Amino acid sequence: MTTEPMGRAPAAFHRRRHLKGAAFAVFALLATLVGVVALGILLVDVTMDGLSAVDWDFITAFASRLPERAGIKAALAGSIWILGLTALVAFPLSVAAAIYLEEYAPKNWFTRLIQLNIANLAGVPSIVYGILGLTVFVRAMGLERSIISGALTLSILILPVIVMAAQEAIRAVPNSIREAAYGLGATRWQVVRHQVLPMAMPGILTGTILALSRAVGETAPLIMVGAVGFIAFTPSGLGDRFTVLPLQIYDWISRPQDEFHALAAAGIIVLLALLLTMNAAAIILRNRYQKRL
Amino acid sequence: MENRMTRFGAAALALAFLAACGGGDTDGPDAGAAGLTGSIEIDGSSTVFPVAAAVAEEFQIANPDTRVTVAYSGTGGGFQRFCAGETDMSNASRPIRDSEAQACHDAGVDFTELNVGWDGLSVLANPDNEFLQCLTVGELNQIWEPNSTVTTWQDVRDEWPAEEISLYGPGTDSGTFDYFTETINGEGGASRADYQASEDDNILVQGIAGDTYSLGYFGYAYYAENSDILKLVAVDGGEGCVLPSDETIQDGTYAPLSRPLYVYVRHSALERPAVRAYVEFMLGNATEIVPSTGYSALSAEQYAEQMRAIAEAAGGAS
Amino acid sequence: MAQADPSLSQSRAGNTTTAGSASIAGPAALASRRNRDFKERLIGAVLFVCAAVSTLVTVGIVGVLLGESLLFFREVSVVDFLTDTRWTPLFQDPHFGILPLASGSFLVAAGAALIAIPVGLLTAIFLSEYAGPRLRGALKPLLEILAGIPTVVYGYFALTFITPILRYFVPSTDVFNAAAGAIVVGIMIIPTVASLSEDALRAVPEALRQGAYGLGATKMEVATRVVVPGALSGIVASFILGISRAIGETMAVTIASGNMANLTLNPLESIQTMTSYIVQVSKGDTPHGTIEYQTLFAVGLTLFVITLLMNVLSQWVLARFREEYE
Repeated sequence: MTTEPMGRAPAAFHRRRHLKGAAFAVFALLATLVGVVALGILLVDVTMDGLSAVDWDFITAFASRLPERAGIKAALAGSIWILGLTALVAFPLSVAAAIYLEEYAPKNWFTRLIQLNIANLAGVPSIVYGILGLTVFVRAMGLERSIISGALTLSILILPVIVMAAQEAIRAVPNSIREAAYGLGATRWQVVRHQVLPMAMPGILTGTILALSRAVGETAPLIMVGAVGFIAFTPSGLGDRFTVLPLQIYDWISRPQDEFHALAAAGIIVLLALLLTMNAAAIILRNRYQKRL
Repeated sequence: MENRMTRFGAAALALAFLAACGGGDTDGPDAGAAGLTGSIEIDGSSTVFPVAAAVAEEFQIANPDTRVTVAYSGTGGGFQRFCAGETDMSNASRPIRDSEAQACHDAGVDFTELNVGWDGLSVLANPDNEFLQCLTVGELNQIWEPNSTVTTWQDVRDEWPAEEISLYGPGTDSGTFDYFTETINGEGGASRADYQASEDDNILVQGIAGDTYSLGYFGYAYYAENSDILKLVAVDGGEGCVLPSDETIQDGTYAPLSRPLYVYVRHSALERPAVRAYVEFMLGNATEIVPSTGYSALSAEQYAEQMRAIAEAAGGAS
Repeated sequence: MAQADPSLSQSRAGNTTTAGSASIAGPAALASRRNRDFKERLIGAVLFVCAAVSTLVTVGIVGVLLGESLLFFREVSVVDFLTDTRWTPLFQDPHFGILPLASGSFLVAAGAALIAIPVGLLTAIFLSEYAGPRLRGALKPLLEILAGIPTVVYGYFALTFITPILRYFVPSTDVFNAAAGAIVVGIMIIPTVASLSEDALRAVPEALRQGAYGLGATKMEVATRVVVPGALSGIVASFILGISRAIGETMAVTIASGNMANLTLNPLESIQTMTSYIVQVSKGDTPHGTIEYQTLFAVGLTLFVITLLMNVLSQWVLARFREEYE
C-alpha cells in the first residue's frame, strides 16, 4: 500500500474506486449477457412461432400454396445433398491445400501469397461467391441452376475456413513425431499420411463440420445459383434443380400471411436442429481430441 | 486410437453422402400410379406464377414421378429462356411481342398461346386509410409518372391530409410493371423510381399492410389472398369508379386495368407425354384452380376450345 | 483432389513401419526408388495444385467482377457512379449513383457497430478478466452458437420481432427499416468482436497485470488501463473485421431493411444495401448482356473492394501496432 501512487487520497476515494470497479464488473457481465439473452429471445421467439407446425407431415410434405399442406421435404433433401456434395468437394481439396502449406511449401513469396490470399478469401462476403458461382458455374460452364452449381459455389465459399482449421490441426502435431518417422527413412508423403494426418484428423474434421454447418445455413449465394420458384421433388442427380432449407425459409418469410411465417419458424427449428446436431458432433470430436493430447 | 478416429471421420462423411443419396431415392421410379415420368420446366411472369405453381402442385400430387419446376423470371426473362428452348412453357402477363416471337421463330421454336385466366391489376391501400376510396387514371398517372412531384396525399387532392405517401410496386422485370406503366403512364417502363420495388408481390403486401398512408399496385390475385389486410381502391377510367371483381374484370368494365393471362407452350415439348398431360391437366382443371389463386377463370367451354387447339398442335408436331 | 481422398478414408497406419523399413532394408532396387521418387513428386505436385486453387478463386472473383464492371463503366462514367445521388438503374430514366446503396450499407454497419463494439469489447473483457474457467466454459459455446445461427434466421427475427417493437415505440417506422437490420446485424457480429478481442486480451502477459495489482490498482483499472491498451491492436482489428462483416451481410438486411435505394441517415426509413440490391436483381433474373445485369458486377466489385480494404486494414493494424511481449 506504500507504493500506492494516489496515497494521499482519503478512504472515501478508495471506496469510490472500488465501487466503480464493482459497477464495472456488473456492467461487463450485463454486456456479456446481451448476446446470451438475445440468443435466448431468438430461440424462444422462433420456437413459440413454429413449434406447433413441426410434425412428421411437415418433414415429409412438399411445398404448397396452402399453408396447412406445406412441408420441407424438397428443401431438407436438397440441404442434405448440398451437405454431402460440398463435403465431397471441399474436404479433400482443402485438406490437400493445408498439407501442402504446412508440410511441403517452400518458404517463398508464392507460399506467402497463397497464405495471405486464403486469409482474405475468408473475409469475402458470401454474396460475392454467389456472383462468382452464377457467372462461372451456372453460365460459363453451363451447369445451369443445378445442385452441382450450388455445391461447387458453397465448396469454394468454405474452402478457406477448412484450410485454416486443417492447417492449425496439422501445426499442432509435434515435430518430434515427424523427425522420428524421417529418421526411420520414411518419405515425406509417408510421414504425412501415416503420422501427421491421423493425429491431425480429429481437428481437421471438427473444422470441416463447423465449416459445413456454415454451408448448410447459407442463403445468399444460393439465391443467385439456386432455385427460385416452386419445386416439389427431391433431387436425384447432380443436374437437378433444387431448393434448400434456408431458401425455403426465406420464401416463407417473404410471404405476408402469418401462417407462412409460422412455417418459416418451423423450418428454422428444423434447420437449427440440423446445425446443432452437426455442432454437437464437432464438439464431441474436439473433446475426445483434447483429452488425448 | 488415431486410426479409429480417422476411420470414424471417413465413415461419417460417407454416411452423410449416403444419406444424401438416400434422400433422393425416396421417390423411386416405380412409385406413381399413373406411371407418368419426366421433367417439365416452366418460367416467366411472376403474376402467372401462383396459377402455375398451383397447377404444378396438383399435377405432381396426381403424378408423383414427374418433376415440375416453376420459376418466376418475369415475362420478358421467361420468353428469353423459352425462345432459347430452355423451358417448355412460358408464363406471360401480356401477349408475346413481335420481337420475341421473331426470336422464337429464328430459333425454330413453335408455340401455342393459351389464355388461362384474367387478372385485374389492383390498386391497393391500407385498411386504416379512410379518405381514399377511388382514384382516377389521371391521378394515378400524376402519382406514378416519371419525376412525379407528388409526395403527400395533399398533392393529389387538396382535401386529403399532408401525409407522405409511401409507394409500393413491382420491380421493373415484371409484366405487371410493364402493363401498369403502359396503361397509366402511356409508355411501358415509364415510372417514378422512388418507391419500394420488389419482384416478390408478398413483400409489397407486407409493406402496404404495415403502412397507413401507403399506396401500391399489383395483381388482383395477391389482393384476394390478402383481402383482410389490404384495402382495394376503385379506379375511374372515365366511366365512374369501378372496383375490380371477377365480373368487372372479365366483362371489361374494370378498365383499363384488367388483362388476360397467358401460358405459351412449345410444340416440340408437347411430344413428351408429361408435358402434354400437364397442359391437359391445366386446362381441364383451370375452372377450379384459377379462382383458388385469386384470378378469374374463363368458361369451361373456352378451356375446352383451347384443349382442342393443343390437340391439334400436338398432332402437328408429332 | 481425387487422390487425396482414398488416403484419408482408409487408415493403414499399421503398415507404416513395414513400408518404411522395407524401402531401407530391402534389396533397394533402383527402379523402385525411382518409382517412389516419382510418386513423391507427383503427390507434391497434386497438393500444390490444390493449394493453388484458392488463388484461382481469387483470380476468378476479381476477373468476373472486373470483366463485367469494365463493360459497365464503358456506359457509365466512374465519376457518375461515385457521385450521382440517385440509383435507379432499372427504370426508364436510369441513374447509376452508388451513394444511396453505399449509404444504406453504412447506415446498417454503423448501427451494428454501435451495438457490437461496446457489447463485444465488454464481453471480451468479462470473459478474459473476470469470468472463472467454469463460467467462461459455459458462456463461450453460447456465443459460438450465436455466431453459427444462419443469417436468414436473423432476418426472420428482425422482421417478426424487432420491427414490431420499433413500430410500437415509433409508429411512423417503415415496415422495412434500416434499424431492425442494424440491430440484428449488431447481435450477429458480437461474437466476432468478442472472440477476437478476447484473444488479444488474453495474449497480454500475466506479469503486466500482476505489476499493476502490485501498484494497488483495482481490477477495473487493470482491465481498462493496462490490459485493453496492451491489446489495442487486436481489439481495433476485431472492430474493423466486425464492421466489414456487417457491410457484407446480406440476408438479414434483405429481409428486414427493404428494397428502396434511399440516400438517408434516418434509420427508421426503408433503405437498400449493396448486398440486398444484388439479391433483388438476381431474383428477377435480369437478362445478361444488359446494363442492368452489369450493375450487379459493379456493385459487387464495390462491395468486394470495400470489404477487402477493411480486412487488409485490420491485418495491417494487427501487425503494425502489435505490442510484442516475449
